[in-house]
Amino acid sequence: MKPRFLFAVLIVLALVLGACAPAATEAPAEPAAPAATEAPAEPAEPVAGEPIKIAILSPLSGAVPTFGVSNRDGALYAIKEWNAKGGVLGRPIEAIVEDSQCSADPAVNAANKVIGQDGVKFIVGEVCSSASIPVSEITNEAGVVQISGTSTNPQVTLNLDGTTKEFVFRACFIDPFQGTVGAAFALKQGYKTAFIMYDQANDYVLGLAENFEKAFVEGGGTIVGKESYTGTDTDFSATLTKVAEAAPDVLYVPDYYNIINLVGAQAKEKGVTAVMMGGDGWDSADLDMAAAEGGFYTNHYSPEDTRPIVVDWVANYQAEYGAVPDALATLAYDATNLLLNAIETAGTADDTAAIAAALAASEWEGVSGKITFDEQHNPIKAAVILGVQGGRITYVDTVAP
Amino acid sequence: MNATTTSAHRQLTGQWLVRGRWPGRLFLGLVLAVIVWKLVESLLAGPMVFVQQLINGVQLGMVYALIALGYTMVYGIVRLINFAHGDVFMVGAFVSYYAISGFRLHEWPSRVFPGMADGASIAIGTVTVMILSMIVCAVLAVVIERTAYKPLRDAPRISALITAIGVSFFLEYFGALDFVFTPSFITYERPFPVQTYYIQDGIHLLQAGQTRPAGSITFSNILVIIVIVSLILLFLLSTFVQRTKTGKAMRAVAFDKPTARLMGIDVSRTISVTFALGAALAGAGGMLYAIAFPSIVFWMGIIPGLKAFIAAVLGGIGSLPGAFLGALIMGQAETLAGAYISSPMRDAIAFTLLIIVLLYRPRGLFGEPEREKA
Repeated sequence: MKPRFLFAVLIVLALVLGACAPAATEAPAEPAAPAATEAPAEPAEPVAGEPIKIAILSPLSGAVPTFGVSNRDGALYAIKEWNAKGGVLGRPIEAIVEDSQCSADPAVNAANKVIGQDGVKFIVGEVCSSASIPVSEITNEAGVVQISGTSTNPQVTLNLDGTTKEFVFRACFIDPFQGTVGAAFALKQGYKTAFIMYDQANDYVLGLAENFEKAFVEGGGTIVGKESYTGTDTDFSATLTKVAEAAPDVLYVPDYYNIINLVGAQAKEKGVTAVMMGGDGWDSADLDMAAAEGGFYTNHYSPEDTRPIVVDWVANYQAEYGAVPDALATLAYDATNLLLNAIETAGTADDTAAIAAALAASEWEGVSGKITFDEQHNPIKAAVILGVQGGRITYVDTVAP
Repeated sequence: MNATTTSAHRQLTGQWLVRGRWPGRLFLGLVLAVIVWKLVESLLAGPMVFVQQLINGVQLGMVYALIALGYTMVYGIVRLINFAHGDVFMVGAFVSYYAISGFRLHEWPSRVFPGMADGASIAIGTVTVMILSMIVCAVLAVVIERTAYKPLRDAPRISALITAIGVSFFLEYFGALDFVFTPSFITYERPFPVQTYYIQDGIHLLQAGQTRPAGSITFSNILVIIVIVSLILLFLLSTFVQRTKTGKAMRAVAFDKPTARLMGIDVSRTISVTFALGAALAGAGGMLYAIAFPSIVFWMGIIPGLKAFIAAVLGGIGSLPGAFLGALIMGQAETLAGAYISSPMRDAIAFTLLIIVLLYRPRGLFGEPEREKA
């Protein structure tokens, strides 16, 4: 009796829900229809006041929600500023925020939704390369301009055959570029000789090490030694003994903080006083300050930068959100500004090919440096140099390649 | 007649070519020749640097020795390769980390006796932390032995081996949980400041920020402490095994378990004691390793564990002096390979050593020939 009753209830419920479901999908379709019929009229005569829609794909849930919040807030602040100035091409900007979860599937769904349903032609995001790459396949196909603030993987802007995706850009430099900037800084400091230690199995480390070597040698420096190791090594004494023998000015170790903690501590024990340098892999709260003391590393941005544009940005962001903007917020802000500036320059909000061309040719003074694009749509811009001094991380310099 | 012998000879030559071990031997001979040539060349090119590399190797070898002894003792007594041993070593490192960074246990002498000299209070505090690590590891090992290995004592050996691998994974991923240890790297706080000395017309202290004088040899107080502590522990262990009743029982059980039981030896207890002793050494080794290489993570025991295992096999598994010597050889092989052959290849070279030993001397340097048991 009882199970049968429950079963009946379930059937009734299923019928009711089944009846509701089509109604639910129909509902949004209805307002969309008139918009679709209006659309063809739009390019002929742009209506002043018709908003330009920009989608912000941010991982607000999933593995890295704090990245998502920073990315969203940075982009939203840029849009707010432009709207306060009267918008782009005299039209206000409307932001559509989607949670893309730093993951391929939700990001692709979000991209399809904003392009297909909302008719968006511009996307800022995603944060993670693993999500930006599949999204870029869709946007490039659909002629939607996409700019990611922070996805560093080269494949974000490149097709599999190595050609550049026409509609896809990024506001951050790609990893290997840090090696070039690191070398420029080392030469600027007057360092003549360098010893490179690198993990042979880590593409990030290899990229930085190769570019550092190339730029350092081209700039007149000498590489006095190169030694590789594997990521699980803990004892670096054999290699560091060689470093002590070679007595270089710089010991370049572009690895993550856990390796730096080990190499730095053991180098100090071996009486190696070469200045340690590396990349943004050092940037962690778990970096052992004692081990890395005296070292320098390259990074995208520092809130302690003294350029007026940075000071203003930090103050404005703090007033708006009550926090110091991190690199993600800053790069999302720069990305959004680059995009809006390109729309303004192209003089159209509909011809995305013209906007992509304008973006590729843009020259923009961003918070993270003056940005131009290379032929692969990677920005060429300055990097900041941070130093570990007296047990804390300090801003040292901004260096252009 | 003549023709037939020639053809028989040819056939033999052919067999020798195909079945013989000469390609392997030739290859190994060539490899060894290259290695020896490289080492001699390096020694002549820079004798001081070579000595420095030997010193680096001693530090590593001593820590391996502490782990290898646990492998070899347990193997000697229950014929089990205890793959969880490397993870007990990891637990030792983490226990000392929490005792130092969490509870400031190493500072207790200076808090209880404020007037005590710095050196003495640091030494006593550090030893206290080490003893705590050793006790925790010993208890853990006994718990593992009682729950995971004891029920399988009469099962085929492969079952116990697989269980040991399972326990190893359990310890690693249990340790990786956020509320146990953590999944990320932790910077280890050393209980005493590091001091480096250099040898050049006598021994001098290298001041902080001072560059090592060219041509000198450096060593740190960590090396001295590792060597002294390891030697003391090894001495205590060998005294225990040779001089005490329990040690005698251990040797008896290792020699012949059923007969030992007939003689009234509590085999279960003896096996537990063996596990506890091995784990205590691994715990001390974990702490010393973390002091030397101050970045710890839940999987840190895997590689040192494997290398110590190789050291134990190299020295003859089941033999205490063998494990010690094997570990020292491993430390030197690894450091010299890293220094003079190829640093990413150093692990490969260490494992090649194992293969060579297994090929030409399966019982290791000090191992007894395996007695076939009915």
